[in-house]
Amino acid sequence: MSVALGGGARVRNTGWRLFVQAMRARAWVRILGSLRESTWIVSDAIFPNLGMCAFVLMYRALGAPRSFEALAIIGGILTTYWMNVVWGMGAQLYWEKQQGQLQLYFAAPCSRLAILSGMAIGGLAATALRSLVGVAIGVFVFHMQVAPFSPWVLAGVFLLTMLALYALGMCLSSVFLLYGREAWHTANALQEPVYFLSGLYFPIRTLGTFGAVVAGVLPLTLGADAIRQVLLGPAAQPLLPLGLEALGLAGFTALFLWLAHVLMAHLEALSKREGRLTQRWQ
Amino acid sequence: MSALHDPARAAAPAVEVRALRRVFKGSRGSPEVVALAGIDLRIERGEVFGLLGPNGAGKTTCIKILNTLLYPSSGEAHVAGFDVVKQAQEVRRHIALVSGGESSGYGILNVRECLWMFSQFYGVPSAEAGPRVDQLIDALGLSDLAGTRINRLSTGQRQRMNFARGFVSDPEILFLDEPTLGMDVNAARMLREFVLGWVRERAGRTVLLTTHYMAEADQLCDRIAIIDRGLVLACDTPAALRRSVEGGQHVELEVLGVPEGLTEVDGVPVTWGAPHPERGTHTLKLRLADGGRLPLVLRALEARGVAVRGVSTRETSLEDAFIAIVGRGLEDGESPA
Repeated sequence: MSVALGGGARVRNTGWRLFVQAMRARAWVRILGSLRESTWIVSDAIFPNLGMCAFVLMYRALGAPRSFEALAIIGGILTTYWMNVVWGMGAQLYWEKQQGQLQLYFAAPCSRLAILSGMAIGGLAATALRSLVGVAIGVFVFHMQVAPFSPWVLAGVFLLTMLALYALGMCLSSVFLLYGREAWHTANALQEPVYFLSGLYFPIRTLGTFGAVVAGVLPLTLGADAIRQVLLGPAAQPLLPLGLEALGLAGFTALFLWLAHVLMAHLEALSKREGRLTQRWQ
Repeated sequence: MSALHDPARAAAPAVEVRALRRVFKGSRGSPEVVALAGIDLRIERGEVFGLLGPNGAGKTTCIKILNTLLYPSSGEAHVAGFDVVKQAQEVRRHIALVSGGESSGYGILNVRECLWMFSQFYGVPSAEAGPRVDQLIDALGLSDLAGTRINRLSTGQRQRMNFARGFVSDPEILFLDEPTLGMDVNAARMLREFVLGWVRERAGRTVLLTTHYMAEADQLCDRIAIIDRGLVLACDTPAALRRSVEGGQHVELEVLGVPEGLTEVDGVPVTWGAPHPERGTHTLKLRLADGGRLPLVLRALEARGVAVRGVSTRETSLEDAFIAIVGRGLEDGESPA
């Protein structure tokens, strides 16, 4: 039987070319998957916005300033990303293990960080499409009012927020895998407290000084606050100056990327030592 | 650079294992498990090498160590001239692994997309990846399924796709861990022919195969290592392994009428095989060192009231050799103490 694969030596990319290739392929799966699975659009784009709608309607019923409605809308849009970070990024390697696929990643020559980065970029791109539903609801249904803003500053702050969030997701994916179901339950239990502390539906200052300091250690808090500052100006009742929050987000990004690298290396070493992470039944 | 074009590495065997040992900690107070008890192997480039052993013999542990998925507890293993512990990244550039029953890829992707995705994880340049994926799809009879989502494939079809994935990077050394598990006869035959064709056409390519199917090992492998309880018990060509056990003629008789406690006939030990309820007969198995004794055995059976309805003979098989070396068959559990 002729295998008809052609003769000659095979050339394979290595180094940064392989990193980019692997990252692109893994991101592509995410984007393709989100476009093909219509039920995800309902669960990831429509449902998260229901909470946001409830808060906007509540503020409206109470006669609160219009800026409160905008606060809730911005928070609701960010919720979509946070859900993707926790369940789409954090839980992904755990799922890969359950499917028996993790060992194929570990046996491949590409960097594990390339796979994680691909998951992050793909998740971000897929979620961006879904978050547009939130934007559309805010603009066309609730007629959200914003202050004059620079699109470049908004893009920069949004990018920093996403970098910090998805770098955190890269860390969580290793943590979830290391601790399995326990981490899963912990994340589940933390979901609502994180929503609360991030002040996604109210000005974070409402928590008082101590609460605001505690909440400030979450990248989601800083990101939400920074984006609100850009879009709403002083009406956002900001936690910290915008520059400081941008610096904090950049710091979070660097910290989480480093931590993701360390955790993944630890995870791989543990897997090789104990032989339990690449087996779905262990 | 391929080993085939690197003179320093070209001389190194495809796989070399010395005193390889792997011990797993026991869970919840159970004793530790010695999966590999210090094995030595040397697989030359261009070989199709089989690793045969009963369940729990240590085959998969060995493959995982060679694929950089497990650390050995002690000993050394080199793949493509690289140390699997110290040069794991180099090893990965030269290998691919296919495990039977694995579920690679994402259900949302179709067959072509899934194979393309894996080609990217192995650094196959984009210009090459597409045509190679199409060639593999064609060669492995997946053309009709190329656009089908993976979650809609049958187990056998999915297994064929997994098999194709192993070749998408055209590795120097391919590890096939029970690759035809769950496949129908025709698909399994096609894959065996594909492996043989690939090794023949791609000079220097090496395959390390574990399988539960003796005929598969016999057909594919240049050499076979028989492994049990973490030790290599024998390593040779299939023909030499067959020769290594006592020769003679294996006889199977289909008989009617079964005397109580029949364990030997004319001094020849016999064992009972499968019954044939539709004909009311049984299978009686015996091995004759001298085939000329068969008429005497048949007469002795007749004298004991056993009617012989059919006779078939065969030479020593690889399975006979395996049972003789290991003390039990591939599907059997632990041998009696």
